[in-house]
Amino acid sequence: MNEQQTYAPGTHPDLPPPPSMVGFIGWIRENLLGSTTNIVITVLTLYFLYLIVPPMLSWLFLNAVFEGASRDECRAVMEETGRKGACWAFIGQRFELFVYGFYPEAERWRVNLSFFMMLAALYPVLYDTAPYRKQGLYYAMIAPFIIGWLLIGGLGLEPVPTEKFGGFMLTLVIGVTGIVGSLPLGIVLALGRQSHLPAVRIVCVAFIEFIRGVPLITLLFVASTMLNYFLPPGTTFDLLLRVLIMVILFSAAYIAEVVRGGLQAIPKGQIEAADAMGLKYWQSMRLIILPQALKISIPGIVNTFIGLYKDTTLVIIIGLLDPLGVGRASLADTKWQGLSTEVYVFVAIFFFVSCISMARYSLYLERKLHTGH
Amino acid sequence: MSTPEPDMSSQETMAPDLKISDEVTIQIKNMHKWYGSFHVLKNINLEVNRGERIVICGPSGSGKSTMIRCINRLEEHQQGQIIVDNVELTNDLKNIDAIRREVGMVFQHFNLFPHLTVMENCALAPIWVKQVPRKEAEATAMKYLTRVKIPEQANKFPGQLSGGQQQRVAIARSLCMNPRIMLFDEPTSALDPEMIKEVLDVMIELAKEGMTMLCVTHEMGFAKTVANRVIFMDDGEIIEENEPHEFFDNPQHERTKLFLSQILEH
Repeated sequence: MNEQQTYAPGTHPDLPPPPSMVGFIGWIRENLLGSTTNIVITVLTLYFLYLIVPPMLSWLFLNAVFEGASRDECRAVMEETGRKGACWAFIGQRFELFVYGFYPEAERWRVNLSFFMMLAALYPVLYDTAPYRKQGLYYAMIAPFIIGWLLIGGLGLEPVPTEKFGGFMLTLVIGVTGIVGSLPLGIVLALGRQSHLPAVRIVCVAFIEFIRGVPLITLLFVASTMLNYFLPPGTTFDLLLRVLIMVILFSAAYIAEVVRGGLQAIPKGQIEAADAMGLKYWQSMRLIILPQALKISIPGIVNTFIGLYKDTTLVIIIGLLDPLGVGRASLADTKWQGLSTEVYVFVAIFFFVSCISMARYSLYLERKLHTGH
Repeated sequence: MSTPEPDMSSQETMAPDLKISDEVTIQIKNMHKWYGSFHVLKNINLEVNRGERIVICGPSGSGKSTMIRCINRLEEHQQGQIIVDNVELTNDLKNIDAIRREVGMVFQHFNLFPHLTVMENCALAPIWVKQVPRKEAEATAMKYLTRVKIPEQANKFPGQLSGGQQQRVAIARSLCMNPRIMLFDEPTSALDPEMIKEVLDVMIELAKEGMTMLCVTHEMGFAKTVANRVIFMDDGEIIEENEPHEFFDNPQHERTKLFLSQILEH
């Protein structure tokens, strides 16, 4: 032990922490080699990484083939060079199909434009430091309509039937519409469930419990087939639109329950303080309760959104061509048979990137909204 | 009480100095309240004149908080009348809103809005309830934050302040609505002993300016020097009310004597 310097009572200065607590070495000693168990786990982890990472890199990149017109060409290249990896040529050949589905080639600029318009609309919504945020938010309110018009056409644009939508574009259309539509509806349902008016409460509870009690697949089947029996004969009602409505309703029921959890975590004193100052119900909700409740609910809300986003792949069952559908159709091509690993890895990477972005954004938001209480 | 007596030597003689007007501002007549089948408030009768400073004390569960919470309709009464500034509290939302605009309230646990800065906490209600322009509301907020001696904390969040500072913000927040009556529901009960004084000092200042105040508190020093009337409640009833010296020196009821002996004993 070092000799301890002594100070008169009341004069002890603030000292820097011991070196073992700071810096890179300190971090490693603390977090990776802190105890015997910790050392064992660190060593095992390194060993597993050694087992997994090099073969993965080799398959994905180092020994992969990126050019070729059929599986046989891929195989020929591999045999020639002695490599054994993925045949990404397949994905390269089908890339446009994966992105646009059967959207007419001449009109694909509309999809691209829509994509960038969506990003431009999301930026001011997601980041309050965005320049010209106020104008950006106005734009974000009208952007969905312009995007809808761009994608579907009409009013001077070549109409594109929604059956032609497919691939990642379809995933984004369903996923983003579902997310944007279900959040407000879910919040209203959560508030309705706590309402003092029995009629409102009963309707909300019944809706939430019904939707939660039924698998999404069932709702999608209802959307694709049963709805025809309920609607007057002769009405055509776009399949994609039905799917969108079902996805929104489904996800809203989950959001409602997540938000309800957040609402219950807000101390009663908050609403009392708002009441005592004379704020009206909707003012208290909008200004006091929801900002806090939603902040608490962020992990649950994003969790629901990620689930929703991945559940969009279920539309394959009612005949819409999402990325997995495109993949399956492509695998049926005799030139490319047997490359299912490549297809599913590729689709998995797309979903992983989307979902991890949402997860990281939610962490950023939680940190930003933390106000030290 | 274990808390240090705030230094009130300068206020020793303050009560007689302050004018109490003849105008009745709060009138509670034969008021009853039940929680389910539990009779919490029994036949409450109380008249408060403008400028009065009333301290309400009593054992916990005696209904003192519930009573003052009835005055701004945080709790609903089932029988009797409550009239505040000539407006009767009924289920009419217009009346409730009118009264809440006139009556400020400070809570035991401050109830500041943790997601808003101190300034936003203060300016919120004026902006949304009274439609005061933001600039003006912020200027008013700054004025009251200065008065409670924490203007430098305006841009912090409540979670970054000490309990005493938070309670002073809560008082400033209420004052921003320019209330004619202030209700205090155990404003110092959740504070560390060191912070009680700073909050009581602000309340004393407020009393000096002639604010009508109803204060549920166990701070007997505060009651002695600031209040012009002390009310003792037990089991949902007003047992005894008197001016402070009489109340403390010469309590009439056995229950009051017991209560005073218990809180003043140590």
